Amino acid sequence: MSGRVLVGVKRVIDYAVKIRVKPDHSGVVTDGVKHSMNPFCEIAVEEAVKLKEKKLMKEVVVVSCGPQQSQETIRTALAMGADRGIHVEVSGKDYETLGPLQVSKILAALAKKEDAQLIILGKQAIDDDCNQTGQMTAALLDWPQGTFASEVSLEKDGIKVVREIDGGLETIKISTPAVLTADLRLNTPRYATLPNIMKAKKKKIANVKPADLGVDLTSRLEVLRVDEPPQRQAGMKVETVDDLVSKLKDAGKV
Amino acid sequence: MAVVGPLSRIARIGSTFCRNNSLIFSRSSQRRGIVSCIDPSHGLTDEQKEFQKVAFDFAANEMAPHMADWDQKEIFPVETMRKAAQLGFGGIYVQPDVGGSGLSRLDTSIIFEALSTGCVSTTAYISIHNMCAWMIDTFGNNEQREKFCPDLCSMEKFASYCLTEPGSGSDAASLLTSAQKKGDHYILNGSKAFISGGGDTDVYVVMCRTGVKGPKGISCLVVEKGTPGLSFGKKEKKVGWNSQPTRAVIFEDCEVPVTNRLGEEGQGFNIAMKGLNGGRINIASCSLGAAHASVLLARDHLLVRKQFGEALANNQYLQFKLAEMATKLVASRLLVREAAKALQENHPDAVSLCSMAKLFVTDECFNICNQALQMHGGYGYLKDYAVQQFVRDIRVHQILEGQFVLLFVKMTAISRTKTASLDLCRNQRGDEDDHLQKSADGILMSLFSWITRTFLQHHMWSLCVYWLT
Repeated sequence: MSGRVLVGVKRVIDYAVKIRVKPDHSGVVTDGVKHSMNPFCEIAVEEAVKLKEKKLMKEVVVVSCGPQQSQETIRTALAMGADRGIHVEVSGKDYETLGPLQVSKILAALAKKEDAQLIILGKQAIDDDCNQTGQMTAALLDWPQGTFASEVSLEKDGIKVVREIDGGLETIKISTPAVLTADLRLNTPRYATLPNIMKAKKKKIANVKPADLGVDLTSRLEVLRVDEPPQRQAGMKVETVDDLVSKLKDAGKV
Repeated sequence: MAVVGPLSRIARIGSTFCRNNSLIFSRSSQRRGIVSCIDPSHGLTDEQKEFQKVAFDFAANEMAPHMADWDQKEIFPVETMRKAAQLGFGGIYVQPDVGGSGLSRLDTSIIFEALSTGCVSTTAYISIHNMCAWMIDTFGNNEQREKFCPDLCSMEKFASYCLTEPGSGSDAASLLTSAQKKGDHYILNGSKAFISGGGDTDVYVVMCRTGVKGPKGISCLVVEKGTPGLSFGKKEKKVGWNSQPTRAVIFEDCEVPVTNRLGEEGQGFNIAMKGLNGGRINIASCSLGAAHASVLLARDHLLVRKQFGEALANNQYLQFKLAEMATKLVASRLLVREAAKALQENHPDAVSLCSMAKLFVTDECFNICNQALQMHGGYGYLKDYAVQQFVRDIRVHQILEGQFVLLFVKMTAISRTKTASLDLCRNQRGDEDDHLQKSADGILMSLFSWITRTFLQHHMWSLCVYWLT
């Protein structure tokens, strides 16, 4: 089967950065902080490019929703081998409240518009850890979903997906078109090569507004407060088992 | 005012974000350039940022975890370098038609700076390899380019640059290795010293004497490993740069086909000097990467280490010192990038700018790394901590590819005009052996003492003036 793969990528704060909470506790500091592509999105792009190289898919289209800087993330995906990009412009207040619900609506609309056979996303973003976009997109499109994929193989009658679940590994077969979300062990993303980075310059990135897709971006959530996790407290050494049990009882743990 | 940015932030973060003390060998990811004021991606185009990102990622994932191992076991990391070559790092400024990436000198500088944060020694070797590949690409004829460049760009074969001899370092034009023409071969006799990669590499770009004394009698030959008469000395034991072997290269009646000569007879010195311009920017870029990594390591240590009841990061002296290091890092970076741009555009002052960049940046970056080690206290001296390796590895950058003073001074202009202005132009003619004319002597001395006072720390200077033909 041949066709178009839609890959969603998100621009997030780089994983190596120390996150700091804003003084007014309304969010985290993002100004002047290094951003890069969400690691799970990198894995998703790599999987899509691999499918194209195996000639199982014809075209890889990369989508990102966000402000102007999201184009950098799209360029990175193009340098890895995607064919073209779509930048859905969302900025300001809308961007601050942009969540999985809104993004999945956008992706669903784009999937219909671009006539995609497959949507591959990262399983979750490392900034909000929602793990919802893939599932919501599948629901909106009424497509089957293969989430937490650690192995994907396209077959004549569908897609075989090995999923990482709490109990181990689960193998399912789903029909196309479908939504997949990439887990850590799906593949190892390639480095972009210098020639590919130069070729990426010539690839097109289309600009789209959410309104053009008929998507309503209003959020149903309101963030009240953001705090750091509590500082790890020192432990306590006890001499006997009885001591331990009584201390646990006092702390209400037993 | 310059102190405010990173340091007030550090002071505020201080104890709140203290990591526990298990952060001995700082995670390689810390070197990816997160702090915004010394962010090396300032002022770059989107495409250059992409190059830099790949190089940083490669350095953090493929090089940094092995940096200490390569140093201690003196491993020449062939596989890792070949992986780098697959990304296009084997012939960065070599033309694409023979397998190179065809990028600019500035792109190259950015890439080496980023790679250097992973391992200075390996990156420095990669830069030497690139310089050799470029020399063959630029000065070789089509047969030579097609014979050597594709393998060098893919790092199927490795290259070494052979100019220095036991008797001629700074005074490169006085080299003695002779190449006597016999039919369609040159017979090489002599030896080269301190050759990076020597013995383990496959292609040797050798400067030898085919003609008269001085620079005009020097030619450039490509000698392949396995040629009878080519042998190597023992592997040198070095303070740093241990991931690349250094050996003497010995020629004893070594027969090299005339078809392996790059350019014309007598053009060798010119080729060598042109190669060194880029080589100097590359070495300076490697120093930048080490300094950048060291600043981040120092910052992390200051946040973690507590003395006198609080994190070192709250200490004003250390805050100021760190700010100074950051400032000099940014200043060095700007100079290297300007020199790279000038070289790319063939600016008339390119040679001088490259020399200035190499001179200033290698010194400043060594001081930054040294200071970073000092901030680590006793821990900085342990090999468990990466900072000492940066210090050891970049110390040699102040020595090779042109020691000390390499400002090109137009001797005749100074002696004619008798002014002590720093006129930096390439000399077009001159008597090669007449290095220090009496009339210019006094002016030069005052010139260089001015330079020493105003720009540089107190060193012992040796004068080195080249006549370019």
